[in-house]
Amino acid sequence: MEATHNDAPRGNGRPASGGRTKFIIGGLLILAAVGYLIISSTQAAAQYFLTVEELESKASSVGSRNVKVSGAVVGESIAYDPQSLTLSFTIANVPGDIQEIEASGGLAAALEAAVMNPSAARIPVVYIGPKPDLMRDQAQAILTGHLGEDGIFYADEVLLKCPTRYESALPEQSG
Amino acid sequence: MLANLGFAVLVITLLVSIYGIAAALYGARTGREAWVLSARQAMLLTWPLVTLSALCLVALLVTNHFEVEFVYSVTSRSMPGYLKATALWGGQAGSLLFWSWLMAAFASAAGLRRWDRDREFLPWVVVVALVTLAFFLSLIILFENPFARLWAAPAGETIKAMFAPSGAVLVTPGDGQGLNPLLRHPGMIIHPPMLYLGFVSFVIPYAFGMAALITRRTDDRWIRVTRRWTLVAWLFLSMGLVLGGRWAYDVLGWGGYWGWDPVEIAAFMPWLTGTAFLHSVMIQEKRGMLKHWNMVLVILTYCLVIFGTFLTRSGVLSSVHAFAQSAIGPAFFGFIGLSFAASLALLLSRWNELRGENQLTSLLSRENLFLLNNLLFVSILVACFWGVIFPLISELFTGQKVTVGPPFYERTTGPMFAGLLLLMGIAPLSAWGRTAGRSLGRLIVWPLAASLVVPLGLALSGTHNPAALLGFWLAAFVTLVTLSEFWRGALARRRIYKEALPVALWNLAGRNRRRYGGYIIHLGVVLMAIGIIGVELYQQETQGTLAEGQQITLGKYVMTYDSLAEFNAPDDRLVARAVTTIYRDGQKVAELYPRRDFYYVSQQPMTIPGVYSSLEGDFYVLLVGWEPIGSSGATFKIYLNPLINFLWGGSLVFILGTLVAAWPDRERARATARVPAGALAQRAK
Repeated sequence: MEATHNDAPRGNGRPASGGRTKFIIGGLLILAAVGYLIISSTQAAAQYFLTVEELESKASSVGSRNVKVSGAVVGESIAYDPQSLTLSFTIANVPGDIQEIEASGGLAAALEAAVMNPSAARIPVVYIGPKPDLMRDQAQAILTGHLGEDGIFYADEVLLKCPTRYESALPEQSG
Repeated sequence: MLANLGFAVLVITLLVSIYGIAAALYGARTGREAWVLSARQAMLLTWPLVTLSALCLVALLVTNHFEVEFVYSVTSRSMPGYLKATALWGGQAGSLLFWSWLMAAFASAAGLRRWDRDREFLPWVVVVALVTLAFFLSLIILFENPFARLWAAPAGETIKAMFAPSGAVLVTPGDGQGLNPLLRHPGMIIHPPMLYLGFVSFVIPYAFGMAALITRRTDDRWIRVTRRWTLVAWLFLSMGLVLGGRWAYDVLGWGGYWGWDPVEIAAFMPWLTGTAFLHSVMIQEKRGMLKHWNMVLVILTYCLVIFGTFLTRSGVLSSVHAFAQSAIGPAFFGFIGLSFAASLALLLSRWNELRGENQLTSLLSRENLFLLNNLLFVSILVACFWGVIFPLISELFTGQKVTVGPPFYERTTGPMFAGLLLLMGIAPLSAWGRTAGRSLGRLIVWPLAASLVVPLGLALSGTHNPAALLGFWLAAFVTLVTLSEFWRGALARRRIYKEALPVALWNLAGRNRRRYGGYIIHLGVVLMAIGIIGVELYQQETQGTLAEGQQITLGKYVMTYDSLAEFNAPDDRLVARAVTTIYRDGQKVAELYPRRDFYYVSQQPMTIPGVYSSLEGDFYVLLVGWEPIGSSGATFKIYLNPLINFLWGGSLVFILGTLVAAWPDRERARATARVPAGALAQRAK
């Protein structure tokens, strides 16, 4: 394969004048640049990831900053106006702690409990855009946007997950 | 019963694998050849066994055996036969089985190669491959059994179990739930197998790397043996990633192809280390350097492959959170942690034997430029990994979960990708060992000057985005350098062998497939970069509600809304389909049918875009809403994705280049006999 390819002298190369210093300096410069890029971008792009409850309790400190919030979609609250592409719905608080979700029987169960529980913290959401295909009752919504002064969460991005699609609730006994 | 057979065969396969591991270890320790050969037979046997088990599951899927829980959850009667069969990888349990099947296939293929020149590797390759296989088989048997059935307990509840719980009777639902509609797409049928093939075939280079460490045969033999395996693995992984992007573009209806989702990143990370590995092994082959580094890369790739299998498994929209519920999470992390620690310990124990034969001498030498390339790939990996784990870290230290989104990834990796493009332009002109700055400058000055025409022209015609200008300049620069490499090589052949230019070009690439295949890959990457710059920086969008006959304008395009019809399709879905006509500069170019399917069983709608594609870009329209009766108005969301087809076309060039690089050489003997060693390459420089 490499028969015609002989531009690779093997054998003992001698360290060039200047030795390894220039490589070490070059490497450090690159590492510093990479580190700077990662740290500065983290600061620029970081968003709080909150539950509905946390968002309500921190409303004043969060202000109109962009945050992420996750919760369970309340089915009967979904309203869509295709003329203006305005989607409005309510999300109910789902605990942010994994252990807590596990204890309540998994994500699907936690989402259901959140929607059924009338005393769970809730927040209205408005989103302008096409209605996502997975927008339905008890879907897990992860929203990016900001909390308006009117108490409505204005989402720029809606990400939906339906855990039930994968865990497939067992069928009713049918014989 | 097929389910029992399939499960029993899996258990047997696990036992065979365990026997193979034990026999290989014993044979290697005592030097008894017969035991090693027996271990090899065991490895060869796993493939037919897992095949049988997988066929059992496919048969159950195709014949609607809904008493099997997995069949119930991923198929339904109305699904066409091919979708039922491919539903094998439509859910977690089945895809683990599919993964094991591919793993067994690759292990067997490795077992069948000619081992005369590297016998001492054999037992250890068997051990690594079978340990990996055994891990996945135990996951299936213990936690995620696709053959488990549904039982009705006396108390009335439904239980999922392999064998009848006491007093329970078998439940056979009348119909299944059916595959998630989002997954019913040709891209989704081939995307997971491609990704898995890529994942699985990276196990083989890792196995050889570990074998080399254990047997202390630490020259570059293991790298030469696995070169083609690595390329094939890399090819499949690349194709899997591209197909995933294409699927997202066609199905998810947001006009994008890549969202920096943790699941996507998980599949991307082994590709990054794999690409770095492909480049850095060349330094070891040519210069006997970076031996430690190559081991580190292959170990990282293996661990990221297992991690990727774990994360991507859940399909499209699940996340780490949906996974934590399943018992396989801890098992996966345990396995990854153990393999990582064990491989690293092995590497450290052989550290001194892996010392390099050369040292870096010149900043502009090809090996140093390759090293820079590796640094950049690993930096991208670090950025990706940081982005994925940042929420966990921030929660640990501040008690508050903070995430980073796509802007983070774009900002960090953008400059790194630009750096990689720049290297792609410089490295082909450099020489191994030592590059004189002056000769490199002489080679580089013309492509550099010529490529500057592109950004200048663009700037004069109204493009002012600095990122776009830089990107298009780099694309032009790399293209010119790469094409001139082909040109100079072909000219040299013509002079020496008196070949016609096309013949010279063909032979040039054919005699030196790795290098020129690599250049073709670079050209593919450049095309993809052009597409990405176009979509990321110049995407336009609009939306509007139109009455029949009305029109909407976006860029050079005008779309009229003609009509809309609702009807039932045979596989249990309600289709709402709009008819629209697209005009470009007043000329009719296409009729598009954006539609929305509503699946009754899963109660899920699915939006399917209408797309008019040209080299210039895609006109991409979604049907967002409509008046059900009287059909007076419909709402559309429209995207203009400039240059996106360079992305898809570039990926085809990319695949072609990989095939060229991986194609077996059959003319090696003749070429060596005819060409005075090195004459051509010297002159081609």
